[in-house]
Amino acid sequence: MTTALPESDRAAYRAALVDLARADTRIWCLDSDMGGLEKQFQAELPDQYVDVGIAEANLMSIAAALASTGILPFANTMAAFASARALEQVKLDIAYHGLPVRIVATHAGFSAAHYGPTHHAQSDLAAMRTLPNMTVLTPADAYETVRLVTAAAYLPGPVYLRLGRNPIEPVYAGDDAVGTDLTIGKAVELRAGDDVTIVAAGALPVRFALEAADDLAAGGVGARVLNLHTIKPLDVAALVAAAEQTAGIVTVEDHSVLGGVGGAVAEVLAEHRPVPVRRVGIADSFCARPGTHTEQLAAAGVSTAHVVAAALSISPLCTSIWD
Amino acid sequence: MSVEALAEPSPVGDLVGLHRTALAVREHILAMGAGAVGTHVGGSLSAVDILVALYREVLRVRPDEPGWPDRDHFILSKGHASAALYATLAECGFFPVEELGTYGRAGGRLMAHPTPAVPGVEFATGSLGHGLALGAGLALAAKRAGRDKRVFVLMGDGELQEGSVWEAAMAAAHHELDNLTAIVDRNRLQISGSTEDRLRLEPLADKWRAFGWQTSEVDGHDFAQLVPALRTPPSAGGPAVLIADTVKGRGVRHLQHRKQSHFAKLGPEAYERAVTALRAAA
Repeated sequence: MTTALPESDRAAYRAALVDLARADTRIWCLDSDMGGLEKQFQAELPDQYVDVGIAEANLMSIAAALASTGILPFANTMAAFASARALEQVKLDIAYHGLPVRIVATHAGFSAAHYGPTHHAQSDLAAMRTLPNMTVLTPADAYETVRLVTAAAYLPGPVYLRLGRNPIEPVYAGDDAVGTDLTIGKAVELRAGDDVTIVAAGALPVRFALEAADDLAAGGVGARVLNLHTIKPLDVAALVAAAEQTAGIVTVEDHSVLGGVGGAVAEVLAEHRPVPVRRVGIADSFCARPGTHTEQLAAAGVSTAHVVAAALSISPLCTSIWD
Repeated sequence: MSVEALAEPSPVGDLVGLHRTALAVREHILAMGAGAVGTHVGGSLSAVDILVALYREVLRVRPDEPGWPDRDHFILSKGHASAALYATLAECGFFPVEELGTYGRAGGRLMAHPTPAVPGVEFATGSLGHGLALGAGLALAAKRAGRDKRVFVLMGDGELQEGSVWEAAMAAAHHELDNLTAIVDRNRLQISGSTEDRLRLEPLADKWRAFGWQTSEVDGHDFAQLVPALRTPPSAGGPAVLIADTVKGRGVRHLQHRKQSHFAKLGPEAYERAVTALRAAA
């Protein structure tokens, strides 16, 4: 049976949260004036809802305290605030105590687009993945969001769920999706290929990776595409296998080129299987001009074309293409 | 119901026992100050009587079962005063008094800022401005669950310069957390000098009232005031704060009211002098 997909991952998440909370009174929604949760959640489940105000530090500390009593709080804010303004509360009150708070961070990467750096979150993966005990999830579409939220609801420790803002194309379509193994910590191979591997995380990066794989295939290059929906714990086995079986790795992310997906992959491969790595990510700069999400990413170095160029720059491929 | 439970408790508690415990706790603090890593002596000594009053006469806790689900909660938000908390917990039976000798040392569990690895410690503290929000969360959980338990948070006065304190103050009043009591250890000194010279707190009671808190002021070294004030729950509808007038370095005359007492690593002679002064004043 196929159900209609919501238009954005954050809308899908909200619907999934209400479903989870209906079935389990321990699941609470903590709001920090995100807008809409009062209608979608509070109106139906007021005893499992708290608005802490526009106060993200407070949000994280209160979530930690609630979690210490057996409640399973979903703390809702934007990635920019979860990963910077309230990072100390996340580090100490949540991660240090290993408490089962689900930090749901929307508007990640450049998805807040024309609002600019005040609402861009380009360092959140770097911050969150270096916190001990933290699980870090970056779903690629609405379907994957629902599956991962459901899988994460009962993890024993804290979770950072990285969501965007905008409507997104589905990666998984129709009945095919149901059979996909979506296990936290296990990368999903979206395309088979033995020449080069593209490792992507998040909605637009995964789309760019798939488009790049099509372009490369047209040129006779077989690109494997791994959807890295879990940044921590990292699927080391899939990455090492890709390094062994293909000429090198291209990483793609809606995040700074420093410290995120590219950083994590490079760290692992440098130790386990050194191969060429090309990082497609946001250049180390702020984006100060308005534009769409896609336009801003392209200006910062993240697009299908950048992925193709990076893949071709891995030397054995250059040889095969130009010979 | 037991006969003991029917007996009316003294409104001020066991004064002799309280003073005896407070003296022992202060001696432990000085010993930790004389240990390998030193300690925050001044702010620990100012908090002692509040802690002893809470643990001896007010908090419903079980030292042999720190995780007892029906317990009252206490959070030492000014985690720098770990020596005072650890000594109080040890004197009240949460762990052996002898373990205080391992304070801050490798191989032990007594981190120099509190951690939950220590029996009786609810949350890791020491980064200022976290405790009140944590206490608000615990109080909210208890209220929603219909549990009859109280939550206490002890903050330093300098700590009130952290903005997160006031986020939590707003939230606790808004959510009508009448099971939450905050205590301010108002010793008037932070590391660089007077709170009023560094970043002014006064009119402090007015600030709390304006944030919707039931506000009262007590002598933070007088058990006859502290015990009844702490035993009295907030009135229905909102949280309460006690601003406890205290003295940094309390109990050791030459350390009192001195910002230099903020942190100390006492050599053998300084330790002997301090213990002698403490016992002479007791």
